Formats: sequence, C-alpha cells, structure tokens
Amino acid sequence: MRAFQRLEGVVAPMDRANVDTDLIIPKQFLKSIRRTGFGPNLFDELRYLDEGQPDSDCSGRPLNADFPLNFPRYEGASILLTRENFGCGSSREHAPWALDGAGFRAVIAPSFADIFRSNCFKNGLLPVVLEAERVEQLFAQMYETEGFSLVIDLEQQVVETPDGETIAFETEEFGRNCLLEGLDDIGITLQNEAVIRDFERQHQARCPWVFETLEV
Amino acid sequence: MGKTLYDKLWESHLVEARDDGTALIYIDRQLLHEVTSPQAFEGLRLAGRQPWRISANIAVPDHNVSTKAKERAQGLAGVKDQVSRIQLQTLDDNCAEYQIPEIPLNDVRQGIVHVMGPEQGATLPGMTIVCGDSHTSTHGAMAALAHGIGTSEVEHVLATGCLIQRKMKNFRVSVEGELPVGVTGKDIALAIVGEIGTAGGTGCAIEFAGSAVRGLTMEGRMTLCNMAIEAGARAGLVAVDDQTLRYVSQTPFAPRDAQWDQAETYWRTLHSDADAVFDREVVLDAAAIQPQVTWGTSPEMVTAISGRVPRPEDMETDTARQGLERALSYMGLEPGMLITDIRPDVIFIGSCTNSRIEDMRAAAAVLKGKRVAANITQALVVPGSGLVKKQAEAEGLDQVFKDAGMEWREPGCSMCLAMNADKLEPGQRCASTSNRNFEGRQGFGGRTHLVSPAMAAAAAVAGHFTDVRDVMEATS
Repeated sequence: MRAFQRLEGVVAPMDRANVDTDLIIPKQFLKSIRRTGFGPNLFDELRYLDEGQPDSDCSGRPLNADFPLNFPRYEGASILLTRENFGCGSSREHAPWALDGAGFRAVIAPSFADIFRSNCFKNGLLPVVLEAERVEQLFAQMYETEGFSLVIDLEQQVVETPDGETIAFETEEFGRNCLLEGLDDIGITLQNEAVIRDFERQHQARCPWVFETLEV
Repeated sequence: MGKTLYDKLWESHLVEARDDGTALIYIDRQLLHEVTSPQAFEGLRLAGRQPWRISANIAVPDHNVSTKAKERAQGLAGVKDQVSRIQLQTLDDNCAEYQIPEIPLNDVRQGIVHVMGPEQGATLPGMTIVCGDSHTSTHGAMAALAHGIGTSEVEHVLATGCLIQRKMKNFRVSVEGELPVGVTGKDIALAIVGEIGTAGGTGCAIEFAGSAVRGLTMEGRMTLCNMAIEAGARAGLVAVDDQTLRYVSQTPFAPRDAQWDQAETYWRTLHSDADAVFDREVVLDAAAIQPQVTWGTSPEMVTAISGRVPRPEDMETDTARQGLERALSYMGLEPGMLITDIRPDVIFIGSCTNSRIEDMRAAAAVLKGKRVAANITQALVVPGSGLVKKQAEAEGLDQVFKDAGMEWREPGCSMCLAMNADKLEPGQRCASTSNRNFEGRQGFGGRTHLVSPAMAAAAAVAGHFTDVRDVMEATS
C-alpha cells in the first residue's frame, strides 16, 4: 500500500451531510473486476449531465457546471472537505478507489461511516475527523480563498492552515502505522499464523459444526 | 457484570487483542458474490497466497444477474452486457481455481446471498460471518456476529481466516408491546432509522430486543437486522430463542444428531445476560408504530403513512434545511404534502430486505383478486431465491401477482441496486421494498420510496401510497 506521511494539497468541497457510497461511485461502475479506473466516475451523477456507462470515455461527456468539483479553482485538489457521516451505505471499496483515482489523498469530515472509514485505511486514503465547528470554519476559509490548501501531517496528527494554525486530530494507532509505513495488513496478520492455528484448534473442539465442509 | 450477546460473540472469536485497541477476530463463514470478490482473488493471486480455510467460504452470484426467465435459461451466455458477463464468469473461475463451493446461477438454491445463507444453514447462530456487502447484518437475526466488509477485508479473510477489528459499542433497541395489525418488521426498521438517524448506530452493534421483536418471525427479524446498517450499525443482532432453533433445524447445512445437541446447548446461551450493561439504549412503543414510507433520499427521511412531507422552514440547522430542499427537489415533492398524495409509477417487491416467502405472502394477500392501478407502468416481484420462488409457486402466489398485472421474475438483487437491466428511468417514482432511497440508487434520476411488501402492494392497487389496513378492510 502507498504510504501517507505528510500531504499539502488544495481543498475541494462536497458540501452536504450523509454522502453515500452510491453517490461517490454509482453501481454501474461496480461491474468492473479491476481496482483502478474509477477516478473519472467519482460522483458521476453530480459531475456529468448524462448517465455514465462503465468502460466508456468520459472526456466528451457534458459536465455539470454547477458542481463545485468541476470548478477550475478546485482542479488538482487532493483533500476533500465534507460533512457528517461521509461514506454511508454500501460497503463498496470502489468508493475509496474512485476518490484515489480522482487524486484525493485525504477526506476531512466531522464523522465517517464505519465501513467506508476502514476501507480508506486499506487504500492509503486518510480520513480526518475534526469537530463540526472546525469543519464549518474550514468551509468558510476555503470558499473565501481561491487555491485554499492545507497541510496534513499524519505523524504529528495535525492539520496546518495557511495562517499557521494547527488543528490536532486523532487516528487509531494501527491504521496510522499501516498508513505511515505503507504496510500490507495481511502480511502483518500472517505473522501470527501460529496463534491463529492454535485458536482454530480450540474453536473447532468447541464448535465442530462450524468446520463441516459445505457440499454444494 | 453480565455480558451482552455481542460481548459473548466477540469473546468467543477473539484470537488476539492488541495493545493498539485492534483485535484479530476469527471468521467462521465468508459469503462471496461476484461484485466485491474479483479484486480480492486477484490480490490473493498476485501475492501468491492460498485461502486459509476453503470450507469457511461459500459463493453465489446475485447482484448482477438477469432476472428475466429467457435470459436466465441460457446461463451466462444469456447475459447480454459483456462487462457483467465477465464479472459473473470471474466468480465461477475464481471458485473453481480455489475450490470454493459455489451455488451456480441456475441452481434452485441460488439467490440473494443474504437469503441463501440462512435458508441453507450456511449461516448459523453463534458464527462470525462476513461478506463484501453492507447488508450482511441480516444474519444477525440468528444471533450471529455478521457484518459487511470491503474488498481488501474480503482478501484479508480469504488469506488469514481472520478480520482485524476494534470492538464496537453495545447499543440495545427495544421494541415493547404489541404491533398493530399490518405493521411489519420493515416498518419497525424504518421507524428505528427515523428515530436514531442514519448515523445513530455508527461504531455500534445494535441488539434488537423487546416483546415486539421476539414476536417477529425469523424473516421479520432478518428484515430488521438487514437495515441495522441503514442506522449506521455494521452489525444487528437478535437473541436465540425456540423460533431461531426451529428455523435453523430445518436447513440443509444445520448440524445433525449429537452435533445438533452440542450446538443447541451452546446456542441457548446466545442472549444478553439480565445484568448486561449497554452503552446506549432506546425503547420504542410497538403500538405507536404505523406503516412507514420514506419521502426523501436517505432512509432516515421517513414518516408514517398518515404523515406529511416536512417543510424546510421547520428544520433547525442550515445543513438540515439545505439537505431537505435538495431531497425534495430530487424527489419532485412539495413541502407539507400528504404521503397519501404521492403516486408511484413503479412497484418493486424484492431485495435482501424483503424477498423471503413471508414477504411474498404478505404482498399476495393484499393483491389477491385485484389489479395494479392504471398509473403503474411496471410492477416487479423478484423472489429472493430459487427456493422462495418454488415455494411461492407451490402456494399459487405467482398467479396472484400475474393476475394483478405484475411481472414474476427470477431471483437476484435486481432493482434494489439496479446493476442489471432492472432499473428506474430518470424521474420515475418507485414504491420499493428495498433498503436504500439514495439518489440514483435504483437508476439514474430514479426516485425511491421505501415501504413494506404489504404497503408496496397497497400502493400498487391504489395507485398512490395508502394505509394497507384500509385496503385490507375494504376487502374483508
């Protein structure tokens, strides 16, 4: 996995609460068997005026001029600023894949849905939880200043604003370490192979029916 | 101090607790389907890893399959969309390569993964269950710790037999008293989401308790746990009782003989202790719950059938007001209008929430001897599995639907998420028994109102949302 240590990037808005993963990446794109290629279809139903099709070229599609992520001022943004309960709904990991594919490396919100949040950590995408008031202030500053950018330092767990203010945030230790080092958590788990085997033996003695082969 | 049901399930699967607050949890069963597994198998392959325990897994295609009999009869060759066909073929290929048991497309047991699992006894009480689908919470109805995971986690469970998790909080939602006639598990689920909000259960496992929950059938409990995720909770749970054991004992993969006795003894301990402490508790009065209808673009945007669409000026915050305005604009509704004045164009009865035999019976009971209203342009009934379909046909329910002017389809996820050809056209309004009314969920520009199967059937007959109890009374 790609590591995340320190990021300086332009901030773009997704100014609504309860953004669901259907909105982040609509279902027709879930037909793909790849992990990449979802970037052009991020927020597809908001970003374009027509209905997107999987595996089609998006360069000629009519853009929704009212959708902020289409504004030139947010071009190249790598930090998405949004509101409560971002990523709710479906467990599709295509949501962080699409954000990643569109160049986003971090999402700042007052809260995230559980599955989305854990999917982010597996994909080098950092979910940053800040208090709702702080998020509100950042929205105001971002709208005020074209090219508004932030620094996110995961090692120090701070967001630095352009006027030198630092805002502390917390991330869970395991996820942070995996991100900082770019670690593959399957490899980490498999270091405990003997412990898992040992547990499995005891568990099988207690609940043998769990281990019956399913003959389909 | 006593333990909650969730505590018991967690502790019995705890491989290792780490200092950083995470834990390794042993996974008893992984359910696989075509949409969220290909990248996981690819990851396994690229890393040169083998599945930890093949028998932990069972696969079935459901999300992306056609529900049309003609196309289904041709198997994979009948899948017109090439991208979809490749995805379905990839599931077959991966299962063959790794020797993972798969219930194939036209097997009578094929169906929506969350219908097939309990029906086959592939998911049992006391198990830890995962699937790359957020509605895995469904299986908690059997007192299993079941939750949805992402594709990287699917790969992790395939490779290690374990999931890295942090322990969730204990949240109990009790529904006490007697449910009014015509009010179902779906209405309870929607009322709870309306009460606590779509993020109300974030970070929690919700145990559903109380006399009204105990009074639900297993199908009703599955509907309730299915929608735990719409309240933000990754897992929903209901304690084991006689009904759970009766249901499980009739499934093909249930343990038999001495193993059953051993399992039953253990399963009977799967309830929260009387002195267990919950981090949060909410109590609802069952008698006060009416049939529910969502009016907006989030499941928490819900009200009773006797209610009205809210007005933006009644909202307390700017974000809430803007959210409401956006939802009403998307849904094409007027502030303050009566729910009963909303007229759907399409009826969808199906999905992992409401496609079990009880759901088919409830809808058919309303539709028997009636016709779908003239303003309804399409009405789909999609059974949750081949076995549900077979049972419904044995009871003549398919004929009731067809006589009413509805289409009786082959099993699959269908218009719940509209990955296949079953989808709404822009602007179309649907009375749907599914679980999500998000923008575009059932098709680009489509408008979804979530209801119970009986309420969807009532709307089909009346041509507008109406209290199913009025329709039933008029008949009797």
